[in-house]
Amino acid sequence: MSPPAASREVMLTYYREMLLIRRFEERAGQLYGMGFIGGFCHLYIGQEAVVVGMQAAIEPGDQVITAYRDHGHMLACGMDPAGVMAELTGRSGGLSKGKGGSMHMFSREKNFFGGHGIVGAQVPIGTGLAFANRYRNNNRVCLTYFGDGAANQGQVYESFNMAALWKLPVIYIIENNQYAMGTSVERSSSERHLYRRGLSFNIPGEEVDGMDVLAVRAAGDKAVSWCRSGNGPIILEMKTYRYRGHSMSDPAKYRTREEVDQVREHRDPIENLKAHLLNGGLATEDDLKTIDKDIRAIVTHAAEFAQSSPEPDSSELWTDILKDAS
Amino acid sequence: MPTDILMPALSPTMEEGKLAKWHIKQGDRIKSGDVIAEIETDKATMEVEAVDEGTVTDILVDEGAEGVKVNAVIARLKGDGEAEAPAPKVNGTSAPLPPQPAPAPIAAEPPRPAPVVHQAPPVTTQDESAPGTEFVTQTVREALRDAMAEEMRRDGTVFLMGEEVGQYQGAYKVSQGLLDEFGPNRVIDTPITEHGFAGLGVGAAFGGLKPIVEFMTWNFAMQAIDQIINSAAKTLYMSGGQMGCPIVFRGPNGAAARVAAQHSQNFSAWYAHIPGLKVVAPYFAADAKGLLKSAIRDPNPVLVLENEICYGRSFPVPKTDDHIVPIGKARVIRAGRHVTLVSFSITVGLILQAADELAKAGVEAELIDLRSLRPLDTETIIASVQKTNRLVIVEEGWPICGIGAEISAQVMERAFDWLDAPVLRVTGKDVPMPYAANLEKLALPSVTDILDAVKKVTYA
Repeated sequence: MSPPAASREVMLTYYREMLLIRRFEERAGQLYGMGFIGGFCHLYIGQEAVVVGMQAAIEPGDQVITAYRDHGHMLACGMDPAGVMAELTGRSGGLSKGKGGSMHMFSREKNFFGGHGIVGAQVPIGTGLAFANRYRNNNRVCLTYFGDGAANQGQVYESFNMAALWKLPVIYIIENNQYAMGTSVERSSSERHLYRRGLSFNIPGEEVDGMDVLAVRAAGDKAVSWCRSGNGPIILEMKTYRYRGHSMSDPAKYRTREEVDQVREHRDPIENLKAHLLNGGLATEDDLKTIDKDIRAIVTHAAEFAQSSPEPDSSELWTDILKDAS
Repeated sequence: MPTDILMPALSPTMEEGKLAKWHIKQGDRIKSGDVIAEIETDKATMEVEAVDEGTVTDILVDEGAEGVKVNAVIARLKGDGEAEAPAPKVNGTSAPLPPQPAPAPIAAEPPRPAPVVHQAPPVTTQDESAPGTEFVTQTVREALRDAMAEEMRRDGTVFLMGEEVGQYQGAYKVSQGLLDEFGPNRVIDTPITEHGFAGLGVGAAFGGLKPIVEFMTWNFAMQAIDQIINSAAKTLYMSGGQMGCPIVFRGPNGAAARVAAQHSQNFSAWYAHIPGLKVVAPYFAADAKGLLKSAIRDPNPVLVLENEICYGRSFPVPKTDDHIVPIGKARVIRAGRHVTLVSFSITVGLILQAADELAKAGVEAELIDLRSLRPLDTETIIASVQKTNRLVIVEEGWPICGIGAEISAQVMERAFDWLDAPVLRVTGKDVPMPYAANLEKLALPSVTDILDAVKKVTYA
């Protein structure tokens, strides 16, 4: 682990938050296999350091928005794991009352603005949240996440242009997990260094080891400070990797088993932090086991709630289409 | 041969304008490219350049003259070496703009005496103005501008963004004066980036602001339709009621004049199809104002479908501080007992004309201006059909899966036994909009089409 030293407590928090996402996603995959979760389900396993590190860099009141691989973001924002899992199973206890599903959850309270199913569509929306911040001069920043696939959508560049033009406080976080569904960055992108994608808009960019939570946090701190100082947008390209398929049904023909194993073996964000904690004498096996046990209990409860929460009442079909005009 | 210089048209919809300034005087020698005059309409100002070379012999229209008709002779030139004789009145053979008759100013309607003020239709029912209300005459353009200004004064979170809304004062001058009053933080000129600024507006609405997003025309909003539908309309539902999107998308919809297929599309049916949106399409200035104010206050995404040709039309508008028209209510604008004519937006002008023609033949048509397309006020339509037993729906858009198709289905489902004749639709023809003036006229619904349809449903 290279970047600046974090305190033991801070690192244990990161460990705990990353582990929660990992275990949650493993359980979601299991529930999908059992038929409790339907439709699309995009797991975040492998990318945990990105959201945990970035979330640590912001303050309450700052906003977060992402695409459809969003479970990790919601857990990192502090949204209730049971509510997220129950949304995956389409139950009334879900955060969208079962009407949104895996890709569509929100929390006004935690300033999480979704959860968007159209590749790239969250980027102008996140830019608009930053616009609202600037309009109010409230010194808030918006973390706008998107993937290497979305980095080829036109609306991303329309957003870059306006964000730079109006100096909007938005951090564009490109989670480059190297595959847009099954198409590698090499096969889809003329400029493969995605952090350079803002150059013609005069938006600075930085490549970050997205498998190292401390590196992410350090880059996040710098970017947040850049934005809060009124300098406008900034791009962070997180080099990361997803271990699972794009969604649940994935032919896995576009990369080798060995490639995935190599990353798991050598770059896993949780294992590496764990080794750092143990080797540095910052935590004992027992400390970590206590955390593991807590996390398992949280995830087990979430899974039970997600299976026992009733389906939404049929009257819910007709609610939440329009707000009552006062 | 002397050369006539004619009053040019600045746009296909211009009928007349003001000769704001002459840059030449009698005896001047001019060559092509010289700026000779400035012309002004309610929409724009333009410098007129000379096309021909020669010496100015006559200035025929005074500086400052208003209401100068397009193609009127405004000055005369003689070519070099020509005898300086009082030129006989000639038909222009060479002029700044081709001297053909001005393009049909209102392609959707047959020629008629140009009334300065479109009188308030005789309202026999549902007049929403309190007795004794005073009225002022305003163009639809001014009414829309006032609606935005009033709401921006009332609520600091309301702002306007779009292409040319600020310094240019609006591509169609709807936002004239707003930049001066509210400044560049609240009247925001965007780059040409419809998809981007529509999504940015949605984000700003999620962030607690109340954006008014102007599309220069709805034709360009096709670039942005994903954000309008997938992000603005659906998020409340997808979030289980947490995430409202209080945003207004507005701009001119449908055919202008002579702008061909890509700039003449009517999107009424497209957006009226979408749960999670409200859609209004007013005709009268008072409705334009009152509905836009309601739209800005509404906690949902509201689409205001305006009409370029109607921007310059004048109507009475109630002189009150806070004129509000509720979304979702149609208005019976003329009572009648023989047939119901339903329309919205520019074609309300057509049913008014058709009704006048029908009255001469003793047919009393009841006229309904829908004003809102979603929610659609089917109660008002059905109540009328129960009285007249005959229904003709008039719209500018295409027939297939159109607003008329929807109304026909609803009336068939809910008032079948009240009908004495099949419901008929008068619509734009099922073709892309042609450019040629004669074909364009054929493609749009006309008063004749409406009269023919009424004949059929009344078995006349």
